[in-house]
Order: sequence, then structure tokens, then C-alpha cells
Amino acid sequence: MAVITYLEAIRQALFEEMAADDRVFVMGEDVGAYGGAFKVTEGLIDRFGEARVIDTPISEIAIVGSAIGASYMGMRPVCEIQFIDFIACCFDMLTNFAATSRYRNGAGVPIVVRGPSGGGVGGGPFHSLNPEAFFLNTPGLKMVEPSTAYDAKGLLKAAIRDDDPVLYFEHKFLYRRIKDDVPEEDYVVPLGTAKVRRAGKDLSIVTFGAMVHTALDAATQLEAAGVDTEVLDLRSLAPLDRESLLASVAKTSRVLVLHEATRTGGIGGELAAIVAEEAFEYLDAPVVRVASEDSPAPYAPPLEAAFLPSVDKVVAAAKRLVDY
Amino acid sequence: MLARHVEERLVILFRQSKVIGGLYRSLGQEGESVATAYALERTDAILPLIRNMGALMTMGVRPLEIFRQYMAKGTGNSRGRDLNIHIVHLPPAGANEPVIVGPISMLGDSISVAAGIAMGARMRAALPASRRAPGEDKKPPLVAMAWIGDGATSTGAFHEGMNFAAVQRIPLVVIAEDNKYAYSTPIARQMAIARIDERAAAYGIPHEMVDGNDMLAVYDVTKRMVVRARAGEGAALVGVDTMRMQGHAQHDDMRYVPKAVVDEWQQKDPLLRFRRVLVERRAATDKELDDVDRMTKAYAAGEADLAVNEPMPDPATVTRGVYAGDDFAVPRVELVKSPFAEDGSSA
Repeated sequence: MAVITYLEAIRQALFEEMAADDRVFVMGEDVGAYGGAFKVTEGLIDRFGEARVIDTPISEIAIVGSAIGASYMGMRPVCEIQFIDFIACCFDMLTNFAATSRYRNGAGVPIVVRGPSGGGVGGGPFHSLNPEAFFLNTPGLKMVEPSTAYDAKGLLKAAIRDDDPVLYFEHKFLYRRIKDDVPEEDYVVPLGTAKVRRAGKDLSIVTFGAMVHTALDAATQLEAAGVDTEVLDLRSLAPLDRESLLASVAKTSRVLVLHEATRTGGIGGELAAIVAEEAFEYLDAPVVRVASEDSPAPYAPPLEAAFLPSVDKVVAAAKRLVDY
Repeated sequence: MLARHVEERLVILFRQSKVIGGLYRSLGQEGESVATAYALERTDAILPLIRNMGALMTMGVRPLEIFRQYMAKGTGNSRGRDLNIHIVHLPPAGANEPVIVGPISMLGDSISVAAGIAMGARMRAALPASRRAPGEDKKPPLVAMAWIGDGATSTGAFHEGMNFAAVQRIPLVVIAEDNKYAYSTPIARQMAIARIDERAAAYGIPHEMVDGNDMLAVYDVTKRMVVRARAGEGAALVGVDTMRMQGHAQHDDMRYVPKAVVDEWQQKDPLLRFRRVLVERRAATDKELDDVDRMTKAYAAGEADLAVNEPMPDPATVTRGVYAGDDFAVPRVELVKSPFAEDGSSA
């Protein structure tokens, strides 16, 4: 075991998968000589050469489109979107081409599209996005977002080995803030498996990504107030681990859904609907959502703080839920 | 001739309401579709558009597959999930077969996918022998060919794909068809340049304009571009001057096209012109060509009859095959004898 950062875990996964499988390659903007805007791909070009670490033009459509083509030829491309906000530029290629390909013609598209997501770093409207809801309504895509270094590595390896297109959202706030023990030996975190980060009996906070840490901090405060909180880290947003979600609801009967994307039309609505449809009889209170405010992501720190979910907002919502 | 007869048979099926949705004719463009594809090797990749049915059949796709697709049969490559020529054939790496990736309706997208196919093939060639399939070493370097209409060259996807292929020196040959109208919009509202091949000037790649209804000229220009691409000299674009002789689809009466223009292009029909050349050069007699006409017409009719009686897809399968691992079988595209010799060469 070694203690490494979330960012280092992503880089290790890329190194190891490229070393183990010659078909794996990386492409994106500034991923080669510069090592990526956040240095995630630093050193890859020295080890694997520019044929497998490809600096592209500023062309997200071409990045994803050519990755689709290369995957048809048996390659395993990993595309970096420099900031995940720019994934909107290749939305068509992902939703219309990649997502439908297997269904239409049995032509699988084993590509990974990864990039720094999320706010809390003063990124403003175009460097703070959490785009999962854009893609949740598109069958054919898979989506993951790790909250720990262990998961960052294991989920990326699983994504690269997966036979379907996987969107891998890495939270830039966690890149260098989170460190944990990661095994030296090869492992994967299977797609579609949630993990209970903290067991509790009074309330379930269902979340993922950076919000897992917000939820854990809130749980610590709630404990002092006598509320025993469970934190369920979804890790994988498509496919969803419905069993773990429903098991947690059955256990606590109170659900708070927490995500960093804006509230309306967010994944929280889908999670609430699943709970309402399949676990209604277990509920002792309405499902509550805590999410970013319904505005574009603002730049100024006081605005961004007001925009994002916070420990205080989660604690307040949790108390209302418990008191219902 | 086969492409024209397949489409004429489809028109009959359309009028009988057996074609689901729209029918998009390539009338007037069959010649360039065939002549461009004929410049490839059998193991190359094609990304045709809706009016390039001729290219599919040149690469050996059995007409039955087209009829199945247009009638949304459960036996087709897309099993009734997608339209007309939207078929995909990804042969095993060592097979003497073409890579075929049909279009999606977001025109322009296929340019970067084509670039990726050619790039992926180039990367495969660099893999260690243990990673390569039997027979893969014997194949010539893959060239990808993608067709695009004048309207679709206005998309951002076209630009990104072309530029990417150019800077990566990818063996991609793009056939840009000026067929005068994108649905109802004339080319003058599509681009302010005089010739469609000038689009390529921005990418620093070779480009040439050709009379698209002269099959031999189309073949010659395209072959040159294919040869240089295969030799590692990078992407190129062939501009094809032609005319879409029917509406966008069967419902479109083309009232926006002056009759004189249609009449003028009628005289330039690529099949009639090629026929004249064959007879003048004594490559074939009128009688032989009449025989070919009858044979291809009967072949198309027979294929249509086979497809008509095939079943529609089972509604219970509607959610199958969205993701890997549910073991939902997809019929491979049936290939028949193509003009290519068994060794894959088209010479």
C-alpha cells in the first residue's frame, strides 16, 4: 500500500493500463509535452511516446469522433476533455454516435472520456460543471465519479477495460486534497457498485464525488446532535447500484440526496423517483434534495459559496428530515 | 445499374408502404458513388452517406441487406433499430473484408470517425505481433473513404474532422459531393466559395474538382488520392460536381429546382454517359449492356422479394443490446462477390 493523491491515482491507472495493454492510448488537448492542464498525464509521453499520447487540436468533436473510429478498429482510447465543461462541444458525438452504436449495429464503442469536473475552485461558469444529468437520459453511456484515490484508480481501470463508452468525471477539487491508501497490485472497482462510506440508522445521505466528503463532515456534526447518518457513495451513476440505494432506504427510512450539479433536472430527481417507486413503504419522510442553486456557476467566492451545497446546508436539511 | 435498380425497386416498395419512413434516392449520383469506392482496396474502410448505396454494393454488400434495412426487418444488420443504409461491418482484423460504417443523421460526424478508423488501423500496424490477428500483416495499409454532401461541409464536425486528419496525416480520402442542393437549400447559401473542393484549402491538403457524372474521371482522380494516402502522404479531398436528380426524399417534389436545370443534368446522366464510353471504346456491346441491365434488374427484384417476406423485429427485444454483455446477437452484414479480385486488389 502507498498513500497517494486522487490525481496520482488517476495517473497511475493510465500508466498501468497503457503498460498492460498496447491498445490503450491517450488523446486530448495539451496531454503530451505539457502533461495536461492539471498534470494528470504528466510523464506519459516520455514512457509511451507521441504515437500513444496524442496532442490534438482544440476539437472535442474530433477527439471523441476519432476515438470512436479507433475503438472500432480494436483500440482502447482514453480521451481527456481539458475541463469537463467542454464536453458540451462533443455532446452530439457522445449521445448520437457513441451511445447508440451498439444498439444500432452491435458495434461497441470501448472509449473512456474523462476530465476535471466540479466547482469550489473559483472556476466560474465554464470551468465548474458537473455534467452527469446531461447524459443520464442517454441509454448506452456509462458514467462514474470517484470520491477517493482508491476508487479513482480502480474505477478508471474498470472504465478502460469496459466494452462500452464510459464518461469518467474526476472532481478537480479532490485532485490534490484527497489522499489515501492504494494497493500496489492490480485491482478494479467494478462499474455499478456503490459503497457505504459511513453506516448509520437514522438517515441516508445518497451522494457521490466531492460531495461524499461534504456528507461525511455533515454526518460528524449530526452525530454530535444525536443523529446517526449513513453515507452512500454511488461511485457509478450509470449503471446505478439500485440495490444498495434501496437497501439503505430500507435501513434508515429517510433519504437526503446530495449532488453538486444544479437541482432542477439533476440526478437527484431520478434517485428520488426510484425511491418513491420502489421503496415508498419504507419512507418515514419525503426525499429531500440538496444541490447547487439553479443558476450558472458563479465566479466570485461569496457567490460560489452561496451556489454550492455545503456542510451547513446538508446539516440543516438533515435535521428537517429527521424532525419531519 | 444495380444501384439504380435497387432504388427503383425500393420506390415500388415505398409506394406499397413497405418501406418504413423515408426513401432517399441517389438518382444521378450512382456513378460517382461507385467510381470512388472502386478506387479502394477490398480491405479499406468506407463511410458512405445516404446517397452512396452504390459504394456499399461496390464493396460487396448484398442488396438484400439494403432492402432489409429500408423495410425495418428484424433480420437486417440493425434489426429494425435504424434506417436505410445505416449499417456497420467491422470484420475480424485479419479478414479480407471492408470496414463499413454507415452514417448517422448528424452529417459531418463521420469525418472524424473515418479519421479515427484510419488512425486506429495505423496504430494496429504498430502493435507487437502477439497482438495482431492472423493475416493482418498481409493487408495493405488501410485507407478510409468518407463521403459528404455540400450541406454537411458547413458543419463544425466536418471542419474538426478534416483538420484533425490533416494535422495527423491520416490516410483519409473525403469525397465532397456538390449535388447542388442540401434538401432545398442551394449551394450558394451553403458556401461563399465557388468550388466545394476549396474547403480543403484551409487544411493544407490536396484537393481536386472532378466531373462527378464522368465515372472514369472520378475514378482516376480518386485513385490518385487513394494511392498517395496509402503511401503515407496524408489526407485529401475530391470535389464531385454532380446533381441530385430527385428531391431530398420521396415526399419532396423538388419545386425549388428550375426545370431547365433538371433537364440539363438529365442529359448528363452518369449511367448513360458511361454506357456510351463502353460502347465507343468497344469494351462492351449494346446487347451485353442490355443483358447486364436485365440481370441487375432481376437481381434487385429477387432480393426485394426475399426481404419482403422476412419478419419484423420482436418487440420484446426493444431494450436488448444497449450495453455489452447481454448476448444479443447482431447479424453480420452479408457480403457477396464484389468487383475486387480475391487478393483484394481493384486493379
